[in-house]
Amino acid sequence: MTAVDLQTWEKKAAEIGQGLSRFVAIWGDASGYCPFVHLATRRKGASSAEVINLAAPDRRFPSIGAHQPAAILMERAIFDMHGLIADGLPDTRPWLDHGTWPGSRATKPYKFKPVNGDGIHQIPVGPVHAGTIEPGHFRFSVNGETIVRIEARLGYTHKGTLKLMRRASIDHAAKLTARISGDSTCAYSFAFALAVEQALGVEAPARAQILRGVMAELERLANHLGDFGAICNDAGFPLLNAHGAMLRERMLRLCAACFGHRLMMDLIVPGGVTADLAHGDEAKIDRELTIVSTQFERIVEVYEKTASLQDRTVGTGRLDPAVAELLGCGGYVGRASGQTFDARRDMAYAPYHDLHFGVPCRDIGDADTRVRVRIEEVRQSSAIILALLRELPDGPIQSPRPPSTSPREGNAIVEGFRGDVFSYVRISNGCIEDVFLRDPSWFLWPALETAIEGNIVADFPLCNKSFNASYSGCDL
Amino acid sequence: MRKTLIESVLFGSLTEPPPAITDQEKAELVSALDRAAHRRLGRSLAIREVDAGSCNGCELEIIALNNVFHDLERFGLKIVASPRHADVLMVTGPVTRNMEAALRLTYEAMPAPNYVVAVGNCACTGGVFAESYACRGAVSKVIPVDLRIPGCPPNPISLLKGLISLMD
Ligand code: SF4
Repeated sequence: MTAVDLQTWEKKAAEIGQGLSRFVAIWGDASGYCPFVHLATRRKGASSAEVINLAAPDRRFPSIGAHQPAAILMERAIFDMHGLIADGLPDTRPWLDHGTWPGSRATKPYKFKPVNGDGIHQIPVGPVHAGTIEPGHFRFSVNGETIVRIEARLGYTHKGTLKLMRRASIDHAAKLTARISGDSTCAYSFAFALAVEQALGVEAPARAQILRGVMAELERLANHLGDFGAICNDAGFPLLNAHGAMLRERMLRLCAACFGHRLMMDLIVPGGVTADLAHGDEAKIDRELTIVSTQFERIVEVYEKTASLQDRTVGTGRLDPAVAELLGCGGYVGRASGQTFDARRDMAYAPYHDLHFGVPCRDIGDADTRVRVRIEEVRQSSAIILALLRELPDGPIQSPRPPSTSPREGNAIVEGFRGDVFSYVRISNGCIEDVFLRDPSWFLWPALETAIEGNIVADFPLCNKSFNASYSGCDL
Repeated sequence: MRKTLIESVLFGSLTEPPPAITDQEKAELVSALDRAAHRRLGRSLAIREVDAGSCNGCELEIIALNNVFHDLERFGLKIVASPRHADVLMVTGPVTRNMEAALRLTYEAMPAPNYVVAVGNCACTGGVFAESYACRGAVSKVIPVDLRIPGCPPNPISLLKGLISLMD
C-alpha cells in the first residue's frame, strides 16, 4: 500500500470519475493513533488492484462517492464504523448503524428519499420477509402497480465481523471470513487466502491450487443450479424449481462426499486446503457432472420453449449497460449488461491462469439475459472442473506458513458466483492488523434500485432473485 | 416440456425414507417441550423462519428441506409466510442488534402455544460472532428457546430430525 498526500488522493478520485481507474473498495481504519482511509482501485487491463492510503488526522477525507456513486454506500459505512467524514459525500445518512449498538452515531430517525407526485403511495417490506431469505427493508413508492422508486435499507445482518477479525489470529480470521456470506464461502476463503499468502510471501502447493479451483467451481455450479430454479419459481413456474433444487442438492451431496462439507466451509485456508480428494473421487465427480449436465440441458430446454415463462423474464428488470459500467457491476449481473470483467481471466490467479475459457457476455440486461449468462456459466464451470481434474498433480495440500514480524500486506480479487470478491489484509506477528472484504453486492444493490424502476410490484421478487445480491456479504 | 412432465410422473420418486432418530437423540431434543402444547398442535406444524443476522448458510440448508429428496411437507411440516400462521419459529443467526426488535415482534405475532427452534451454531450460542458489539448472541438471550439444532450450518437431515422430534 502506498501512503499518499491529499493531492494524490484527489487526483485518484478524479481519475475514477473519468473512468481511467475502476473503483474497487474504500474502507477506514481508526484503530491506531492516526485514522486512515484506504482506497483500492484497478486499472483496465491490470492484473491486480492498487491500494492507497490517506492519513486523516482531522477525521475527514475527500469523498470518492462524490465522483463515483459506487462508493457512496461504503463511505456511509465508514462513518458508521469509524466516525470518519467523507467531505462532499452526496448522501450522509447512516447505513449499517441503526442506532442499536453501544456507541452508535445514528441519532436521528432514518429518512427515506422523498418521492412526490399525484397518487403515489408507499409499501414498506421487511426486514422479515415472507420467504426464507435474508433480512432487509425495501421501501416501494408506487403509482398503481408501477414502481416509481425502490429504496433498499440494509444493515440488518451487521455482525461486526471486520472488527472481530482485527487482532485475531490468521486462523480465526479465516473462520470469520468463511462466514461473511455462506453461499460464497469458498470464494471468500479463496480471496482471503490469496491476500494472506501474498502478504507472507508463500504459495499454496500445486495440488491445493487445483483443488481450490474445483471447489470454487462446484460452489458456482450449486448456486447457479439452485438459483435457476428459484428464478423460474418467482416467475410462477415451480416445476423448474423442483428440478433446479434437485440438481443443487446433488452437487451439495457430491461436495459432502468428496470434501466432507456440503457448502465446503473452512476448506480453503491460507497456505492451501484442508480436504483432499480420495482415490476414486475424481471419477465420482466426473460421473455426477455428466448426470447433472444432461438433466440441466433438459430443464434449459423447458425454459427456452415455455413462452409464458419467458413472458415474465424477457424485458423485466433491465439494467442499463451504462449504469452497470458506472457502478462497476460484476458477475452475471454485469456480464448480462455489457460488462466483460471476470476475475478468473482478468486477474489470472491460479489455477485459472493456465486455462483457456470464454467469458459469456451479453448486453440486453434483463432478467432473461441474467438467466442465460448463468446457463452458459454452468456449462463452462463443468468443463473447467473436468479440465482441472485432468491436471491434478500428486503432492501436499498445505504449505507451511512463515512467521511474520514486521507488518506485511496483501490483496486479491477472486471471482465468486455472484461477482468479484476483493480482499485486503495487513498482518503483523501472525495477527490481522487491518482487513477488508468487499462483496460484489455493494454494487448490485444500487443497480437493482435502478433496474426495478417502471416494473410492477409483482415482478420485484423475480428481479431481486435474478440479481440475488447478498445481504450478509455487505452488511459485514 | 411434456416429455419432462411425463417422465417426472413415471420415473418414480427421489424422496428418501425419513431419517431414523435414536431414543437418546429424541430425549435430548424434546426434553424442554411442553406436552400440553404438543397435544394441541398434533402432528402438523406450520413453521416461520426468521434470519436474525445469519451468514445465509443456514437459510440455504433450510431451503433444501423443501427439495424432493427431503420433502418436508410429507411430515406435516410446512413453511409459512407469516408468523400469525405459525406454530414454530425457526431462528438463525447470532441475533444482530439491528434484528433484535424485528425478532421480538415476529415472536410476539405468533399465536400460542408455540415453539422456538434455534438453528445453527450462531443461533444456539452466538457462534463465532458471540463476542461482537453488534450481536446479542444466542437466541435464548432474546426469546425463550425450546429446541437447539447446532451445526454450521446444520445439514437438512439434522434439521429434519429436530423438527420431527417436535411432533413425536
Ligand atoms: S451457524 Fe454457520 S452457517 Fe449458520 S448462520 Fe452461523 S455461521 Fe452461518
